[in-house]
Formats: sequence, C-alpha cells, structure tokens
Amino acid sequence: MKELRLMKGNEALAEAAIRAGADAYFGYPITPQSEVIEYLMANRPEDRTGMVVLQAESEIAAINMIYGAAGCGKKAITSSSSPGISLKQEGLSYIAGAELPCVVVNVVRGGPGLGTIQPSQSDYFQSVKGGGHGDYKLIVLAPNSVQEIVDFTKLAFELAFKYRNPVMIQSDGIIGQMMEKVELYEQMQRTENDYDWATTGRKEGKSATFVTSLQLQAEEQEKVNLKLQAKYREIEKNEVLFEQHLCDDAEYLLTAFGSCARITRKAMEMAREKGIKVGLLRPQTLYPFPVEAFNKIAPQLKGILCVEMNAGQMVEDVKLAVNGKTKVEHFGRFGGMIPSPDEILNALEQKIIGG
Amino acid sequence: MSENLIKPENLVYKKTDVLTDRIMHYCPGCGHGTAHRMLAEVIDELGIQNETIGVAPVGCSVLAYYYFNVDMQEAAHGRAPAVATGIKRVFPEKYVFTYQGDGDLAAIGTAETIHACNRGENILIVFVNNGIYGMTGGQMAPTTLEGMKSSTSPFGRDVKTMGAPLKITELIAQLPGTYFVTRQAVHKPANVRKAKRALKKAMEYQKLNKGTCFVEIVSNCPSNWKMTPAQSNKWMEENMFPYYPLGDIKVPEEK
Repeated sequence: MKELRLMKGNEALAEAAIRAGADAYFGYPITPQSEVIEYLMANRPEDRTGMVVLQAESEIAAINMIYGAAGCGKKAITSSSSPGISLKQEGLSYIAGAELPCVVVNVVRGGPGLGTIQPSQSDYFQSVKGGGHGDYKLIVLAPNSVQEIVDFTKLAFELAFKYRNPVMIQSDGIIGQMMEKVELYEQMQRTENDYDWATTGRKEGKSATFVTSLQLQAEEQEKVNLKLQAKYREIEKNEVLFEQHLCDDAEYLLTAFGSCARITRKAMEMAREKGIKVGLLRPQTLYPFPVEAFNKIAPQLKGILCVEMNAGQMVEDVKLAVNGKTKVEHFGRFGGMIPSPDEILNALEQKIIGG
Repeated sequence: MSENLIKPENLVYKKTDVLTDRIMHYCPGCGHGTAHRMLAEVIDELGIQNETIGVAPVGCSVLAYYYFNVDMQEAAHGRAPAVATGIKRVFPEKYVFTYQGDGDLAAIGTAETIHACNRGENILIVFVNNGIYGMTGGQMAPTTLEGMKSSTSPFGRDVKTMGAPLKITELIAQLPGTYFVTRQAVHKPANVRKAKRALKKAMEYQKLNKGTCFVEIVSNCPSNWKMTPAQSNKWMEENMFPYYPLGDIKVPEEK
C-alpha cells in the first residue's frame, strides 16, 4: 500500500532508506541533518527489517564502516552535512577506487570552514568534480522536494549497485528541514544477493575474494582508471535526468538545481506574467550533467541565467555544455542566504535581457 | 624439489592452505611472515576459513590479502577497525579480524581503534608493533622508543618534543569493551607457540560475543632498524621488551 505522510526531508530520507531495504546506516550527528540518525534510532529498523544503525565516532569512521558493509555486498547508506562530508572524502575515494556501491547524503550548509548551519549549494564542485583524491566520479542526484528525496533514495541504491559506484544525494538545509506531503513506497527487500565481488566468506574450492583500491604497478593502475572512465561514459550515456518547464518557445532560460530551482520556477512564472518568454531547465542529476539538453536548447536562446546558492559553480558546467552558443551568466546568494524570486527576476532582467 | 625429499610418512609439518602460495614481500628476518602463518594456522585449526573476513591495513602488511586465503578488504590508513565494524555489523556470525601495524593502529587510526574497542566490537585486532614505519622507509612511529633513531628522529626520539612511546595496548585494556588483551612475540619457537595459543583463544572468544580481542605482537624491523635479523631480535629483547613487556594484560574472568 502506498502511504501519504507529512514529513521533514531528513526524516523522509531515513524512512525511505528503511523502505528501500537498506542493510546498514552509519553516521555522525551534524546540523542540519541530525534528524536522519535520530529518526532511525527512534524507529528501530533493526526490529522492522534487520537494518543495522550505528552512531560512529566520526564521519571518517562512518564512511569506513560503509566501506566494510558495502564490501560485503550490502546496501549501506550514510548522511552528513558539508564539514562532515569533507571528512568523508578519503573514504569516498577508496570506495570509488574499490568500486563499491553505497549512498551518501549531503544536506548542504554554507561554508567554507565551519560556515553556517543555513542552507547552501556550495558543495557542488566537491560533489561533482571529485572531492577526494584521484580520477573518480560520484553519481550525484539533486532532489528539489521531500518527495524527490524519497524517490531518489531508492534510485540511488539502484544506480549504486548497477554501476558499483558511490552515489551522492545532494540535499540542502531547506529540503532537509522543510515538511511536505510525501508518498512513501512499500517496504522492499534487504540484500539477499551474494555478489562475487563481495567478501562474504570464501567459497569452498575457490580462491578468496578481496576488496582493494591498491595497484602497485602503474600499468595496472592505468587499466583500473580506464575501466572507471569507461564506466563513467556509460553513466553519462544512460543516467542523465532533468526537468524542463516552458522551454518550447523560450527566448531566455533559467537554470537551477535542488531547492533553488523551486524559487527560480516562481521567478520564471513572474517573468512570464510580464510577457518575457523564459523557460526553466532543472538538472536532477548533477553528474551526469544534462549536457545534451543545454546544447539542444542553446541555439534558440538569447541567454541563460544560472541561479545557485553559491558563488558560481554549476554555471561552469552550463558554459561548457553550451560551448559559447549563447550567453551564460550566474546569479547567486550564498553563506546560507536564499534568493527571493524578485531578486532572480531582477537578475534575469539586468544580466541577461538588458545586459 | 622439497616435495621429492619429504616422504609422506616423514611429513610432520606443512604450510596451511589458509596461506596462499604467493611469495611474501616481507624483508628477510621480519616477524610478519611468522605472525601471518600463526594466524592462518589458527584459522585452519578452527575450521573457519570460509567464515572469516579479514581487513588489511596500510603499512608493510598492506598486501596481507595476497597471502591469506580468506576473503579480505584493504582499508584506508588507520581505518581497519571501522571497516571491520561495518563487516561485523552486517555479518555478526562471521569471524572478523584486522591485521595492523603500529603507525596504522596507534597513530592515524587511534580514534578508530579506541572506539571499536570501546563499543566492544566482536572482532580480533592483531597489532604488530615494531616501533617504526616500515613500508614508508623507517620514520618515527608512535611506538618508537625514547632515544631510538629513525629517519624523522635522526638524533633519537626526544620525548620532550615528540612525546613518549605510546602503550596503546595498556590503554585499550582499560576499556570495558575489550575482553582479552595480550602482548606476544614471534622471534623464538617458545614465543611463537605462546603467540599462536593467544591468537587461537582470541579467535575462539569471538563466537562468545563478549567484546574485542586484541593481540599485540612485538616484532622487529631489521631493514629499518639497520641490523641483521639476529641483531634485531637481540635488540628487541633488550630494548623493546622492557618497555613493552610480554604477557596477558587483560584476561577473561573464568567462572
């Protein structure tokens, strides 16, 4: 039975993880995402599904517990917020290198440093461009509602296991903290598979399995890198997700992701009321980025305004995607500040239409 | 060739199948090979080869998964107890061990070590302490003795500026989460036998779910101590053992 509830984004994420059949959650408290582990502890998933929940001594320990559980072929998930996600980068690099599946949620807050506890999108580069050391990619999903948090939790596990790759859900302080109506899916099975790449105990008569990201020979490491790159090209081909609104006749385009895209959509509606032909393109996957969608719409446009709650990060990918075919400008509020629809409309008029 | 020399009726001892046939990369005279073999023999004797999952560290034993014929994961530097926690929590019925050196366990991984022990994770931690960073080429470790020379303490460890050598084993023995804590050596046959008995007890205790078992093996590093194997063992007895005395530190209360 599908079930409707009014839930906070962080709590919905926790409930979605249980229902998606997660085997383990390891995490550490940090504002504004502590409701995730609080909800899990209070709801006793161990009794409901057998899912393990453990509060680790640090984000570093948590991501390495994820490595251990993921290496056993289990569905493992962790969540944190920006400073904590920075601590997880070492582990993420190892997980990507060892090709293990897992889900990591970043409820982004303003930075750099200890920053603020208010919402931000300033971890785009960290999520999309790497974050840890070495040539690797996370699949990055950017929900803009509590419903998408729930839906993307399920999708994230599917993609993680399809590609044996870490998947990041890039939430933020707005989506994590706000309450919305959400439709929950039915309880799914926990992992029953005994994957041949996982350490589940040696099979009699077979050689043992090991999980590692170490190659002592450069020739071997290059082979690993080529394999990873081939996987990333597959992901770019198959897994791009985006939404378009009123793009058919658009002369101007607004683009934004996550919570910011909702405010930007309001700005688009206000502009339409004024007779400005503007559309909205919202990437739902930040990696893989919807390059083709931008490329396709660029020739009909007089300009694109990229609205972000940061100092200008996704705008670089938009520029690369349109490759000079149209003008691209950035408008951002940051440090925990949220742009208003008026500000966005004003920026569109100043920077793109009048500029 | 040795196969031809040894007749089956004369065979009294052979390499356990829990070790692979791969040639070990350890330096001549190093204790790692013996420590590996004792642990592998214990796994063999307990008949748990297919129920054991090991975690290798970063350090000289980074390639331990090449030698143990059991499923293994290679952890980031110092994180083995956290990785082992993740494994044990999803597979509580399996036997899980970490195999770590002193830099890995007692410097960069101190938090993971203490907290895994404090939670009483039902795992075995094998801690090989040779007082130096071996793989990276002889730098000072948390366990490097006072006055001992290393490439980052070329004039000897000065405790005023570098701190005293860390007795992490005594430290974790204080934690209620640990069940059996002992310090052993593998440089002489009598010590090898004792160390093996300790490893076997520690592995067996895992099925009791009573907490973390911790076996330190004080060992040598001829290459980075810049000694012959025989000299290094003598130096270890004269210098390491007084500071890191062998024997049980915490034993289960027998009822």
